[in-house]
Amino acid sequence: MKVAIVTFPGSNCDYDLYKCVQFIGGSPEFRWHQDSSLGNVDVVMLPGGFSYGDYLRAGAIASMSPIMEAVQIFANSGGPVLGICNGFQMLCEANLLPGALLRNESLLFSSKEVILRVENNSSIFTKSYEHHKTLRMPIAHAEGNYYADQEALDQLEKEGRVMFRYANQSGETTIESNPNGSVNNIAGIINTHGNVMGMMPHPERAVESVLGSVDGLDLFKSLLAHIVDPRPV
Amino acid sequence: MTRFQLEIRVVPRPGLLDPEGKAIQSGLLSLDYPDVQEVRVGKILLMELVADSPKSALDMATSMCERLLANPVTEDFQIQILEENENSE
Repeated sequence: MKVAIVTFPGSNCDYDLYKCVQFIGGSPEFRWHQDSSLGNVDVVMLPGGFSYGDYLRAGAIASMSPIMEAVQIFANSGGPVLGICNGFQMLCEANLLPGALLRNESLLFSSKEVILRVENNSSIFTKSYEHHKTLRMPIAHAEGNYYADQEALDQLEKEGRVMFRYANQSGETTIESNPNGSVNNIAGIINTHGNVMGMMPHPERAVESVLGSVDGLDLFKSLLAHIVDPRPV
Repeated sequence: MTRFQLEIRVVPRPGLLDPEGKAIQSGLLSLDYPDVQEVRVGKILLMELVADSPKSALDMATSMCERLLANPVTEDFQIQILEENENSE
């Protein structure tokens, strides 16, 4: 599995992703935001961080980078694209995913471990998870409050495109377990074609027990399995 | 060509939760301004550009707002011409 990891000025999870892809036996390669081509890769990952200092809106300037044209083409031709944290914000700003990520309801930057519930395990990103399994992963963001208008939200829900929700230890999606005010406790979504996923929590920071959780591992293993054997999920 | 000074206001959509506005409102309440009913926080961009007419200046700025300066999902924008001067060049 050849993975292009795009570094923007202000990215800070690019090396975490690089190590994570190596760890599961994939071949990561860095791309720079000024590059115009992705090269011959199987997957594209947009890492977390604070691209362009979050100026204007988180992810807005990055979504206009030269490399993003190549990412659009790759995504539109069915290539798997994963955006984590700031990468999720970029995918929304680039219109590859619906909705927007607003300031956390608390107004505070929130850096802690959260619990997620797997809502849909029939995607190329989540097929190694059990349905409704609860996962522990860190979040670290100030703009993670997912918002979409009612029509877009209804469509996401109806089509089963919410991939992860914030939940408590018993897997209930309560107000208390929602760290940022996201509508319907949404932590991650996928596009209509099932090849572009964005999420605020950091699965790449939950792949070794020394990191406190290994619950992110199955996400990368799902992708690896899909690349090795790309049968419909 | 004329040099235009524009003011572009970008504000969160009515009805959309604005936690920053709420926090500022609660700050004002604690300073004993109980009459404040609502505060909403947006951005003002001051821009200078050259164009051959006010209409083309406004058209350009509208396109910029639609493509980058405002998020169509969450924000509205207004553009106003503050000043226009004949470009000496």
